[in-house]
Amino acid sequence: MSSLLEINGLVTSFETDSGWVRAVDGISYSIEAGKTVGLVGESGCGKTVSAMSIIDLLPKPSGHVLEGEILFKGEDLRKVTNERMRQVRGGEIGTIFQEPMAALNPVHRIGRQITETLKLHEGMSGRQATAKAVELLDAVGIPAPEKRVSAYPHELSGGMRQRVMIAIALACEPDLLIADEPTTALDVTVQAQILELIESMQEKLGMAVLMITHDLGVIAQNCDEVVVMYAGRIVERGPVKELFANPHHAYTRGLLSSIPRLDAERKSELTTIPGQVAGIQDFVAGCRFCQRMDRDRSVLLRTRPDYCEISPGHWVEACPECFQPEASSVS
Amino acid sequence: MSDSSSHILSVRDLKMHFPIRGGVMMKQIAAVKAVDGVNFHIEKGETLGLVGESGCGKSTLGKALVRLLDPTAGSIHFNQHDITHMSQSQLRPLRQDFQMVFQDPAESLDSRMAVGELVAEPLIIQKLGKRPERQAKVAEMLRRVGLPANAIQKFPFEFSGGQRQRIGIARALTVNPDLLVLDEPVSALDVSVLSQVMNLLLELQREFGMSYLFIAHDLAVVKHMSDRIAVMYLGKIVELAPADEIYQNPRHAYTKALLSAIPEPDPTASKNRVILEGDVPSPIDPPEGCAFGHRVGHPKYQESIGKDLPFEEIAPGHWVQKCPCCVD
Repeated sequence: MSSLLEINGLVTSFETDSGWVRAVDGISYSIEAGKTVGLVGESGCGKTVSAMSIIDLLPKPSGHVLEGEILFKGEDLRKVTNERMRQVRGGEIGTIFQEPMAALNPVHRIGRQITETLKLHEGMSGRQATAKAVELLDAVGIPAPEKRVSAYPHELSGGMRQRVMIAIALACEPDLLIADEPTTALDVTVQAQILELIESMQEKLGMAVLMITHDLGVIAQNCDEVVVMYAGRIVERGPVKELFANPHHAYTRGLLSSIPRLDAERKSELTTIPGQVAGIQDFVAGCRFCQRMDRDRSVLLRTRPDYCEISPGHWVEACPECFQPEASSVS
Repeated sequence: MSDSSSHILSVRDLKMHFPIRGGVMMKQIAAVKAVDGVNFHIEKGETLGLVGESGCGKSTLGKALVRLLDPTAGSIHFNQHDITHMSQSQLRPLRQDFQMVFQDPAESLDSRMAVGELVAEPLIIQKLGKRPERQAKVAEMLRRVGLPANAIQKFPFEFSGGQRQRIGIARALTVNPDLLVLDEPVSALDVSVLSQVMNLLLELQREFGMSYLFIAHDLAVVKHMSDRIAVMYLGKIVELAPADEIYQNPRHAYTKALLSAIPEPDPTASKNRVILEGDVPSPIDPPEGCAFGHRVGHPKYQESIGKDLPFEEIAPGHWVQKCPCCVD
């Protein structure tokens, strides 16, 4: 039990008008203390839902974790009381959301939104908390922090708001930071600032980061391990260098080859992945990437492929069609 | 610049200021200088990429070019016609030659119109063809952008983001334009769909010989699509050069910073990021002199105050806004 977070066979479902749908369908991975794990995949593949399942922030009443274990420091978060969950959430696990304007309360000053966490989790007095809030704003690189504590979110730029979100998430020095698309709404230059900030805070606090993104550049530059999700399942995961050098699943290979690169020939045709992700109600039991590729061999669509470990820590969903070890040696 | 007969679009000293009014008399007290004096042209059949951070005036420039806005000063020539101050009724017949595709297809397509009506609308406005001809054209366009034939009766919400962007493209293409202004056409799309739409745009350009103004903030995408690239900062173009040249030999400090900020999708690549401090300054009260030198607190910034910062051609086709602090 060395991992900080271990997820085993997590299944998260939503109750809809047309019955139950499985947004996350049996995923397992772990995060070591101090490491960064990247969760990558297209929109709607279950990245955010799987992360929100960890801290019980699913939309209620429709969302439910149906199966699996979420072991955080050895404790199964599915079995803890609501009170304990409130301690974990914001205290031991911090969260940054994609759109800071939607995540911050527009009618409260940012100082109050930071001190709220400190008072609740650390039992600080108002004065102590305010002093700490100024310190935190300074640490995340906000100029004139003693003035900005009394600013409202709309008075700040997008990058500054994301810094405030980070200050709130880090207020209680969590062991794990869940960063859900922390830079998607930001410009490249501001993205570089924010990623640098997360990295330096991670070093300072020794925390682990679960980085959810669809940007493979961010994964390559900032993560130790990568988990590739497709249609509610993990198709491949492994150490980042190994996975980028040696992708084995057809979907991972497709993703990696379809991004426009700076060194590619201009105006050349890009590799594409044909089709699109099936609707969540139409997911087959078997290999869902085969479903997208219109492979009509019914056996592929009926049985769920097993995982195989092709090198230490590098796991691939071993569908007979999508598992492509030989093609990878070409590149 | 070069012979203007090959230019589909040329822009001179274009300014787009938005007044800020205040006081009892609602007098103009200041202006947002969204676009503040830009010069460039687009050749027939070429793609000009336009990059810059949000708030630098890219979209405003795009909208001003297709005259969805009335420019404050300067001139826009489209196919030798001066369209800068034309009235909307004068512009209408010309509009079939320049069309625009917007960033978010969910917002730019009327959700209560069927796809068939949406794509046919430009033909109706331009009074092109009779009903059966229009229907044939719509069907052809939908097929061309890769949508199923039964899409005609469907509504935008029934499609995914990538398909909706295809509807937006089909709609712009029905009138056979010569110039397409693409305002962040792929920013809202997922990686695997993004490459499909980029391929489609490249194919259509090869087939119909259109010119594109491709506005985006993703530099890898812009590089892939463009022949030449213009880098915009706070309402001004600071550098303009052939695409390969600007990536291999950037001259303006802002271009260099922008390029270094792109995360390379390669874990073995070295991280040599220039981390820029702060944000783009406000276009209401821009700093004097070189706006970028001011942001980074360049030691030579003071030298740029009060100086004219000329936009000069430093190598064939490579234009740069000369200033003491940002260009060596």
